Amino acid sequence: MRNFCYFMLALLLGVSVWACNDPDPEFGVNEFGRLQLVFDNVVGTEDLRLQTGIYNNAAGEQFSVSLLNYFVSNVRLKRADGSEYVVPQDSSYFLIKEAEPASQTVTITNVPAGDYVGVSYLIGVDSLRSTMDISRRKGVLEPAGAHNGGMYWDWNSGYIFFKLEGVSPQAPVNPAGTRSFVYHVGFFGGYETKTINNLRTATLSFGSDVAQVSATNTPRLTIRADILRVFDGAQRVSIAQNNNVMVSPFSATIASNYANMFQYSQPVKTN
Amino acid sequence: MKRWQGLGVLISAGLFGLVVSCQSNAPVEPVDPTEPEPPQYQTTPYPWQKPANFPDPVYDFSKNPLTQEGVRLGKTLFFDGTLSHDGTITCGFCHIPEAAFAHTDHTLSHGIRDQIGPRNGLNIQNVAWSRTFFWDGGIRDLDLLPIAPIQNPVEMGDTLTRVLEKVRKSAKYPPLFKAAFGTTEVSQERFLKALSQFMLTMVSANSRYDKYVRKEAGGTMNEQELRGLNLFKQNCSTCHAGELFTDQSFRNNGLLPNPNAPKPDLGRYNITLNESDKNKFRVPSLRNIERTLPYMHDGRFSSLEAVLNHYASGVKDNAALDPVLKQNGQVGIALTKQEQQDIIAFLRTLTDQQFVADRQFQPER
Repeated sequence: MRNFCYFMLALLLGVSVWACNDPDPEFGVNEFGRLQLVFDNVVGTEDLRLQTGIYNNAAGEQFSVSLLNYFVSNVRLKRADGSEYVVPQDSSYFLIKEAEPASQTVTITNVPAGDYVGVSYLIGVDSLRSTMDISRRKGVLEPAGAHNGGMYWDWNSGYIFFKLEGVSPQAPVNPAGTRSFVYHVGFFGGYETKTINNLRTATLSFGSDVAQVSATNTPRLTIRADILRVFDGAQRVSIAQNNNVMVSPFSATIASNYANMFQYSQPVKTN
Repeated sequence: MKRWQGLGVLISAGLFGLVVSCQSNAPVEPVDPTEPEPPQYQTTPYPWQKPANFPDPVYDFSKNPLTQEGVRLGKTLFFDGTLSHDGTITCGFCHIPEAAFAHTDHTLSHGIRDQIGPRNGLNIQNVAWSRTFFWDGGIRDLDLLPIAPIQNPVEMGDTLTRVLEKVRKSAKYPPLFKAAFGTTEVSQERFLKALSQFMLTMVSANSRYDKYVRKEAGGTMNEQELRGLNLFKQNCSTCHAGELFTDQSFRNNGLLPNPNAPKPDLGRYNITLNESDKNKFRVPSLRNIERTLPYMHDGRFSSLEAVLNHYASGVKDNAALDPVLKQNGQVGIALTKQEQQDIIAFLRTLTDQQFVADRQFQPER
């Protein structure tokens, strides 16, 4: 019996320790700071200019861009020892819009002080959040918010992860008389019925740079998103052949291409 | 006895430790003594009841408890043209209470500026039991459903953002929101959940058939209706299963794509992109079917006779055809004219007179 009692005591202590195990390894850290990620949308070596910029893709097609929006979510910051700071999910959804410069700077608050050497994030909105109650979809996740730029399919409940629209002389003429291309990528894997899953993760290293977060130091890191990569990757995308990609299996090809469009560029002067 | 006391002490100590050890982790919020009291408001719970012969609902009522005030707000929104771009289309325009919330007499749904949609709008009933919505099952959460008709250019043709702005500016809504949710602030969540509340009250479970299975007064069926019930169970209830008269699956019932449709409607495939879902559509409930004509996703049949005739002799073999409609190499369901009539007689017992005439579903005038 005594052994049994010790066992029960051990079990209860074990449970009490386990029950309080904070999911964040930062339990006990008492200094926090901020870190900023600046998303710089480019086309090869040029800055992306909506409407006016004229570019060429790998298929040799000329194009210009009228709209570029994408979700960045579930951000994780990596330390040199391989451990990670996982940004709490409720504050880990960002919508980058080329037309709104302010949206291109993502500020992560309450970051435990420390040295960070890399970052990873989801391009899109994870399946869990995509199936949550409306009360858990705030800010950029409001399905019909004006600010989300129509990044939601209301007839096939789900977020649009990535939108790229523009015109190209190689695109076929549409009924409106313009030669446009439209890429809207969504699909998180489905509810009861499995669908394609276009969620992609970008994992970037800051190279030899170290982002030192402290109460007084907010590192600003620039990430370049190269639109040319949308058209060029494991499979080349031709506007002439695929000018409208929304709800189609080909969207997975575009998702796999843009998953590799991000590159760590440089630290911006810290402040 | 003593050793059990010892054990009790140990367990108590352990539990105490469990509680104490967690406290250090809990953030302690300073209480501001000057903080105003939250606004007081009193709601009356809506007495939503599961019919005795129904399964448990799918909708999670805990996230949106029904109140009289919430239902009233939802109903006001449901019958308000403000929800459409030009003010002409209300939810009730296509979902008519007397037609069991179907758009009867319209082959295909009819929206703003007399535009015609690609499908025959489904009626609204027993939504608390629906796992998915629409002919293709594209919506899974009732709370997210109204966004689709509001923003569909051929239905209500607006955006939810603009609709919310109009609701905020109207004099009538802030008090209704205050009564339902304790705040005049019109949020997307409150707007959608109020509409859900009203739709959740649309429970149809008092047809003559229901009274028959529950052995209630008025639950009499004549000989032909009973023959029909029997035939229905043998021939139709694989898909139109249970007390909801649908297994909520997506199937091809031998209808070939309409050659006159401007764009082929691939049904469930549009949602899943799975090849095997091409040309499959929701198995609809058959409750109030007498009131919800026309029939099928594209409204191609205008009578129950035409529907039964389709199953008996009109089923077209095709790659997507559901296996239950092709047994032993024979397509369709072998039914004589008399048997078809018997089944139709039974289907008419599924009309819920109380539901279609219920004053609580009528717009307030």
